[in-house]
Amino acid sequence: MEGSQAAPTPAEPASLASASSPAQVARGKLRLEALSAFYGPKKAIDSVSLDFPANTVTAIIGPSGCGKSTLIRCLNRMHEVTPRATVTGRATLDGEDLYEMDATAVRRRIGMVFQKPNPFPTMSVYDNVAAGLKLNGVRNRARLDEAVIRSLKGAALWDEVKENIHGPGVRLSGGQQQRLCIARALAVEPEVLLMDEPCSALDPIATAKIEQLIRTLKEKYTVIIVTHNMQQAARVAELTAFLYLGKLIEFGPTGDMFERPKEKLTEEYITGRFG
Amino acid sequence: MPDPPTTPPRDRRRRWNRALDFFFHWGTAAVAASLVALFLTEILFLTQQSWPTITRYGFGFITGSVWNPNPPTPVFGAWPYIVGTLLTSSLAMLLAVPLSLGVAVFLSEEAPGWLRAPLGSLVELLVAVPSVVYGLWGIFVLEPIMRFTIEPDLHATLGQVPGLGGAFSGPSAGGDVLTASVVLAIMIVPTVTAISRESMRAVPEAQREAALSLGATRWETTRLGVIPYARSGIIGACILGLGRALGETMAVTMTIGNSNHVPGSLFLPGQTIASAIANEFNNSFSPLERAGLIEAGLVLLIITVLVNVAARLLVRGLFRTDAGGATVE
Repeated sequence: MEGSQAAPTPAEPASLASASSPAQVARGKLRLEALSAFYGPKKAIDSVSLDFPANTVTAIIGPSGCGKSTLIRCLNRMHEVTPRATVTGRATLDGEDLYEMDATAVRRRIGMVFQKPNPFPTMSVYDNVAAGLKLNGVRNRARLDEAVIRSLKGAALWDEVKENIHGPGVRLSGGQQQRLCIARALAVEPEVLLMDEPCSALDPIATAKIEQLIRTLKEKYTVIIVTHNMQQAARVAELTAFLYLGKLIEFGPTGDMFERPKEKLTEEYITGRFG
Repeated sequence: MPDPPTTPPRDRRRRWNRALDFFFHWGTAAVAASLVALFLTEILFLTQQSWPTITRYGFGFITGSVWNPNPPTPVFGAWPYIVGTLLTSSLAMLLAVPLSLGVAVFLSEEAPGWLRAPLGSLVELLVAVPSVVYGLWGIFVLEPIMRFTIEPDLHATLGQVPGLGGAFSGPSAGGDVLTASVVLAIMIVPTVTAISRESMRAVPEAQREAALSLGATRWETTRLGVIPYARSGIIGACILGLGRALGETMAVTMTIGNSNHVPGSLFLPGQTIASAIANEFNNSFSPLERAGLIEAGLVLLIITVLVNVAARLLVRGLFRTDAGGATVE
C-alpha cells in the first residue's frame, strides 16, 4: 500500500503535475496533506492527500457514504459547521493553510454549489446574485450591476432571465435555480468552485446544460465536483479521484481511470460490481 | 337479491374506507364551519345585546370621552378606553418584538446545544403563566420600580426631547399606562419568542449553508438565510402577540390605574376596553350601562379584526416581490 497512490505519505501528495500541463501547474492550487475528518469519534475521511491543479475540473467519485461530500466540505471549512465535526491534517490554497485563515475568508475564495438548488427565497434573481457582494460591502450600484450581469452570463443564465431580473429567484425552474446558485457563487469571484453533486436534483436536459457550463468554468476557476454519476465524471472532469470508505483509492486522469484502473477496487466500482 | 350472500373481504374493506373518507371530509368541514358560525354568532350576540346604546349614541359612543352611567343623563363614550387599548398594545409590541426576536435568534441559532432545550422549554412554560400572576408581579415588583426609578429617569431623558417630552412628563403614578404596557410586553415576549423560534428552527440547513458558503458570518447567515425564510412565521407570531396584548384583561386591570380619562402622559393612569369591562361589569346596575359595556366588547372585537387585517396588508405590501418563504419548491 505505502508508496502507491492509494495512501501517499503526507510529505509527497499524489501530485498530478505531470498529468496535466506541467508548465501551468507545478503544484496544486489546492493541496490536501493527510487530511482526516471526523464526526465526533467517527472517522469519515482517512488521511487523504491530494493535489487539485488550477484551471482543471477534478471529479470525486465513490459509492454513497464514502465521504465524498465530507471531503469537499473540508475544503471550504463547511465541515466544521456540523456540531462535533473536526478535521486534522493540512489543506492549503496557494500554499496558505486554510485552517489558519478566517473561515469566512476561506469561503469567499472557495465558492460552493450544493446538491439541491438553494436560492434565497425572498430575494429576486438580481439580489440572489448580489448577495455575496453585498456581504463584502459592495454598495456601488454600477459595480453590482456589472457583477450580476457578468455572473449570470458566466452561469449561462443571463439570456433566460434578463427580461425579469428583478423577479423572484424561486420562480425559476430547478435547473435555472441551480445555475442561479452557480452565478451567486461566481459573483464574489472565487478562485475555486466546489460543486457537491450539483445535478442530482435535476432532469437530464438541465444536467446537460450544467455540465456544458462546468467545462467552460475551468477557464477561470479551479473546479472540484462531487458526483455519484461516473458518466458525468467522464464527461466533465480531466482528473478523477475515487474514494471508498473515507480513503482515497485512486487518483488520476479520468480517461486512464476509466479505461485502465490501477486498483482492483476502482475497477470493481467502475464496472458496477458494487456501489 | 343480486348481491352474493357474502361480500369478499377486500370489497368490504374498500367500502369501509370510502365511508371513512366521506366522514373524514365532511367531519373536518363541519368543524371548520362551526368555527365560522361561532364567530358570526358572537358578533350577532354582541350587536343584539348592545343595540340600546348603538341606537341611542351612534358614533358618539366611539368619539365620546365621558363614561357616566348615572341618571338623570347617562353618557357612554368609549374613546379613552380605545386610546388606552391601542396605546398599551402598541407600546407593548414596540418593547416586546425586538426582545423576542433577539431571544428567538439566540435560542435557534446561537445558543450551545445543551442550553437550547431547557431554555426553549422555559419560554414555553412562561407562555402558560396565568395573567393574574403577571398582574401581581406588576403591582408588587414592577410598580415601585417604575414609579421611583424608571419613570423619573425617563422624564429626565426622553422627557426633555421636544415633541416627545409630553408623553414622559407629569408625576409618576406607578399604576399607569407605561407600567401596564411593560407588563403586557413581558407577557407577550414568551408567545412571540416561542413561535418565532419554531419557525426559525424549521428553516432548512441548506439556507444557512447558502449564506455561509458566500463567506457570511453567523449574524449575516441569520440575516440572509434564516430570518427571511422564517418571515411568515415570525409575522404570525407578532400578530398572535398583538392579539394577546389587545385583549389582555387581568394583568392590565391590575396595573393600569383605572382612570376613565384619556391619559395625558404615559405616567398617568388609564383604562383599556378590556379593563373597563372587567372593572365596570359587576357594578353596572342599569341595563343601559350593561349594553354600553357589551358594545365596548364589540368595539374591541372589531379593533382586533381591523388590526389583524391591517397587519396582514402591511406585510403583503412590504414584501410584494416574492413567493413567500415557507412555500419554496
